[in-house]
Order: sequence, then structure tokens, then C-alpha cells
Amino acid sequence: MAFKHFILVCGGTGCESSKSDEIYKELKAQAEAQGVANEVQIVKTGCFGFCEKGPIVKILPTESFYVEVKPEDAKELIAEHIIKGREVQRLLYKDARQKERVKTTDIEFYQKQFRIVLRNCSVIDPENINEYIARDGYMALEKVLFSMKPEDVINELKISGLRGRGGAGFPTWRKWDFTRQVPSEQKYVVCNADEGDPGAYMDRSTIEGDPHSVIEAMTICGYTIGATKGFVYIRAEYPLAIERLKTAINQAHEYGLLGQNILGSNFSFDIEIRLGAGAFVCGEETALLHSIEGDRGMPTPRPPFPAIKGLWGKPTVINNVETWANIPVIINKGGAWFASIGTETSKGTKVFALTGKINNSGLVEVPMGTTLREIIFDIGGGIKGGKKFLGAQTGGPSGGIITEEFLDTPIDYESLTALGSMMGSGGLIVMDEDDCPVDVSKFYMEFCVDESCGKCAPCRIGTVQIHNILDKITKGNGTMLDLENLEKIGHAMKRAALCGLGQTAPNPTLSTLKRFRKVYEEHINDKLCRSGKCKDLVVYSINKEKCIGCGLCARKCPVNCISGDKTQKYTIDTSKCIKCGECFKACKFNAVIKK
Amino acid sequence: MGKMTLEELRKLREAQKSEISKRDTAGKDITIFVGMGTCGIAAGAKTTFDTLIKAVDANGLSDKVVVKQTGCMGLCYVEPTVEVIAPGMPQTIYGKVDSATAEEIVKKHLVEHTLVEGHIYDRPAIDIVKK
Repeated sequence: MAFKHFILVCGGTGCESSKSDEIYKELKAQAEAQGVANEVQIVKTGCFGFCEKGPIVKILPTESFYVEVKPEDAKELIAEHIIKGREVQRLLYKDARQKERVKTTDIEFYQKQFRIVLRNCSVIDPENINEYIARDGYMALEKVLFSMKPEDVINELKISGLRGRGGAGFPTWRKWDFTRQVPSEQKYVVCNADEGDPGAYMDRSTIEGDPHSVIEAMTICGYTIGATKGFVYIRAEYPLAIERLKTAINQAHEYGLLGQNILGSNFSFDIEIRLGAGAFVCGEETALLHSIEGDRGMPTPRPPFPAIKGLWGKPTVINNVETWANIPVIINKGGAWFASIGTETSKGTKVFALTGKINNSGLVEVPMGTTLREIIFDIGGGIKGGKKFLGAQTGGPSGGIITEEFLDTPIDYESLTALGSMMGSGGLIVMDEDDCPVDVSKFYMEFCVDESCGKCAPCRIGTVQIHNILDKITKGNGTMLDLENLEKIGHAMKRAALCGLGQTAPNPTLSTLKRFRKVYEEHINDKLCRSGKCKDLVVYSINKEKCIGCGLCARKCPVNCISGDKTQKYTIDTSKCIKCGECFKACKFNAVIKK
Repeated sequence: MGKMTLEELRKLREAQKSEISKRDTAGKDITIFVGMGTCGIAAGAKTTFDTLIKAVDANGLSDKVVVKQTGCMGLCYVEPTVEVIAPGMPQTIYGKVDSATAEEIVKKHLVEHTLVEGHIYDRPAIDIVKK
């Protein structure tokens, strides 16, 4: 069988939800029907990252990058591209700026990216272990088992400078070394796949696209610290990731890459999956471990750290998905290679899930030290609809907002902390002038009120109090004293809360308060929300001078509160108005006023 | 496949590698274009294409060579046509490439770095084609 063409269909969650599975099946059926089934290999891969334009279909070796493909396009793709060798022009990706159809290698979205973690996503079929093996898969495990001592592995990680990608950035080698040195007949390796930040989907996509990289890394860790058992804690709302991980574990078992005496060595290791019910606090490591044990997911004070007393009181290494996915590459290419990428304190790359008011939302991996401006404006293609940039939220509900003047800061763990935000797991939400900083911090605080486990008072009470004050401000009832109180409560929570959730929950509020104090003051003193998000502060009215009486606003109004005619012009009945803003958007003569 | 030993894993990796490397275009500096317009296909370009891929594999060149199909090159009287772009060798268009010639091209042009006599045809009217 000599395949001449390769069709890669994105099988990430984003593209699956827009029918990529149907496209895959239709392509197979068409290849069969048109008699080229043995000339073209059709593969369903992990996420391409360019979710904005999904579903994505890439055809090799011509590197043709087809976007927004529909199942009914399959016939044409096979007939034109595969049989006649002509690209289907109308489906090729068109660069937003150059207005030209471009090939994969020339797409700006990919040019500044550097893929370590996502190396196999969009290349291999995640449900086929052979394809992972072909891309140097399980080579690191082989190297570790047969030519490295545990100390060598730790040393390599130390040279690499790899730090935990889950949030705080603790050096990975130290975690492993602590656990290795604690004497115990039983130790555990845990993968934290409980990604819960609103807007983050890096870990989900990594498992969906390259599950074996996590399995291989956990096995390497088991060998290094002397553990024989691993757990992947993954949230139940990631069904595709769970399914692919299960398949991968089964395949690894079949090949003897998991289980007893791996590859004929005398090392044995096994991995089990534990499903999380979706509580945000279970992403906190001590809470996660309790949840695996079958208890309620609530954090306990550290120390003792999991490295000393973790799962069932045994020494445990717990890392998140992205950290694990880096490890096989570090072993294969060497710690020094990895350390050559990134900044002084933060090595390697970071995956960001780019969402919000941005042209190219998607999954991007860039070297540490890349600036936010490069991520948002070069890779991300800038703000949707040419609007004005307001800020970018990194680290989800635990992070802060980064404004225009700091866009050129090279991103690493330290620089983000210095800006009052944090790396977090890598969610990056872009906001524009239509977003209100007060409303955004209220949204995040609402999330934290829901997700606080209630064990410690600072978090349980603090989140509710901050939320109440923010709510009061957005309704136009705030006072200047409230701003002081926000700061007081926020700082108290930072110091006194038990775990990371409570300690970081005030970050969005504190950072918006710092960067957008004027906006808060406008809400309080002038009862004004410029973005129109805080509905209680907005009043819509119609300027009779400008109104030409076309009636478009009245037709758009969902509650029929606009009345009038051509001669009398139109008026809004503010008592019935629900402030949806449809009339404002509809009017072509700027006659609708938002105040 | 049952549980593997180290040797078996390595063998499997090697076998899979050449298969998956066909998908990669990065780092491959040799390109072979096969003219597959209607004229090319009618003259047997599909067989030529198959033979080229097999010959590239057989000579262990699959990590260096990309075989692509292209439209009609304008040399319809000597189809199937094949264009070879390889560093250190002149860019060459071969005509009347049947299976035997295809194998010869891979062996001589790519491995031994000599041209295959009797099948070389220039790109037509290059001075006119130039913009």
C-alpha cells in the first residue's frame, strides 16, 4: 500500500462539534466511491489549534489548508484535489490581511508558534499508537528504562528548567526529587487533567490529540520516583478526551508499554482514570487527591506537601497535563536543548487558549518570553471588527487583567505576577471596548462564589461579600467607601484563604480596580457605564433631530417598546425597555443614544 | 501484537517512521512533480506516480523526497512527464516516463546523481512563460 495523498481531518472537540466526524466519514465514502481509497490515507487527528476556522482539513503533501469545510464538500475535495490534482480554491484558507489563499507554512497564525507540547496534535491519529511510536514515541521511556538512572532523569529535568504548567510554576525536578527521596513501599504518580478555568482548553486538546505523551511521561516519572501506580484525574465533561485516553491506555497495555515488566525490563507501571465531577476546587492538588480517594474534594493545608504525604498518605508526584507532555521531549532532546528556549527564569514554551473578542481564536503554543502583543495581534490577528483593545485576562478567575501599556512585556511566570496577574493554566481571554471591567470582575467573582468549597471563612464569606459590592456598583448604588472595602476584603483573602482558589479569587477584582479605577468611579459617581454592559446604568433614547423615521429600531425591538411613525419620529418607552441594545446596533443614523 | 520487547519496539518505530514521514514536507529538499492533467493520466501517469513512490521507498529516500502531482506541463506529446528538483542537480523535466524509466530516474538521478539520457525535455518556451 503506497498512499500518495494524506488527508488530515481535525478531530478536536471544536471541529467535532461542527461536524468534522461527518466530514471524515464522507471523505472515506467518497474516496471509496471514486475509486481512490487505496491511494489516499484519511486520518482523524487532534486539534490543529486554529479553531476559529474549523472544521479544518489539511491535505498533504501539497500542504493545502482547507477551512470551514462542510460534509458536502468531501465529494469535490476527492474529485478535484485527489484525482485531478487541483486545489479547491474556494475552501483554502484566506489570509485576513493579504486577502490571498495561502498554504499552511505561510499562515501567520502558525508562524510565530513553536510546538513542543502540541507537537503531535494535528499530525498523528491519536487513536493509533503506531503513529505516536513513529514520531519518536516511547523512545524517551526506552532511554530512561535501559540507559538512565533515576538521578539522571532528575538531573536532566533540572538542566531543562521545566516548571509546572498548572499555575504556580514550581520546578518539576524538585517535586520529583522530594518524592524520590521519601522512603515508602508505595508511591503514586498523578496527572491533573481537571482543567476548569472558563475559556481554557489546552489540557483537553493535548489529551485529545496526543494521549500517549501523557502516558509515557507518567511512566517515566514512576520509574524515577519508584512508583508503580498512576492516576489521571480528568473531568467527566471531557468525554472525547476520556475516550481517547482509555483507548491509548489499552493500546499501551497491549504492546507491553504499561503493565508488568515493561519492554522486558523489571519495571512495572499501570495507570487508572478517575473522573471528576467538575468542581473547580478539585484542580487544587490536595482537593484533587481527596477526590481520587473518594472523599469530598476539599483542600487541606500544606505542608505536608503531596510529595511527602499525598494520595492515601503516600508520597505523590502531581503534575498537570501540559507539564507531562513536555517530559518525553526533554528526555529525547536533552535538558540543555529545552533550556535554550524561553527566558532566564521560565524555559520552554507555553500553550494558550486564545478566546474572546479576537479574530483567530484557537490554541497557540509560543516560546516563553513572547509578548502579549505578538500573541494577540500577530498570531491572533487582532481584535474582532477593528474595535479598541481593552485588556486581556490571563489565568482565568485566578488571574488579572493586562492592559494596553503592558502588552510588550515578555511573558513568563515572574513578569505576569509582577503585573498582578498570573500564568495560570493558560486561558487568555481578550476583551474590547464593549466589555466593562466592573462587569468582568463581577462575572469572575460569581464563578468563585459558586466554586468556593466553603471550608475556610475568608473564601466562603469573602467571595460573597466582594460579589455583593460589585453587584451594588453595577446597579448604580455604589459608594466610594465600597472601593476601599473591596481592597480590604481582597487583601485579607489573599493572606488568609486556605488554598489557591481563595488566595487568587480577588485577583480579577483587584487588578481591574488598579487599572480601571476611573471606570469604577464613573459607575459610582456618574452612574455611567460606557460599554453598556451594566444594564441598570444604561438608558436608551432617540434623538429626534437625527431620526428619519425609518422604523428599523422598532422592528428590531424584541419587547415592542419603541413606537412612532415617519412624521412623529420614534420614541422609546423606558419603563418597558430591557436594554438589550438591539435598537442601538440597528440604527444607521446614530439617532439612538446610549447613556 | 502482543507484549513487545525493546527490539520489537525499535523495529516497529523504524517501520512506522518511513510511513509517517511521507506526510511531512519540512526538511525534504527533493521534490518530484508528476504531470497529471488529463493527457498525463491518459498516458499512464498514475502508474508512474505509484512506481515513483515505491522506488523512493525502496531506495530509502522517503524522508528526503516529496512526490507531488501537478497539472499539465504543456508537453502533452511526451506524457507522462516528471519534473525533478534536487539540490546539486539541474532542474530537469523527463518525458515518456513509464514504470521502468521512473525507477531509473530515482536510481540514477537521485542516488547516483546522473541524468537519465533520452528522456530529457526542456520546459517549453521558458522566455514566454516568464512574467
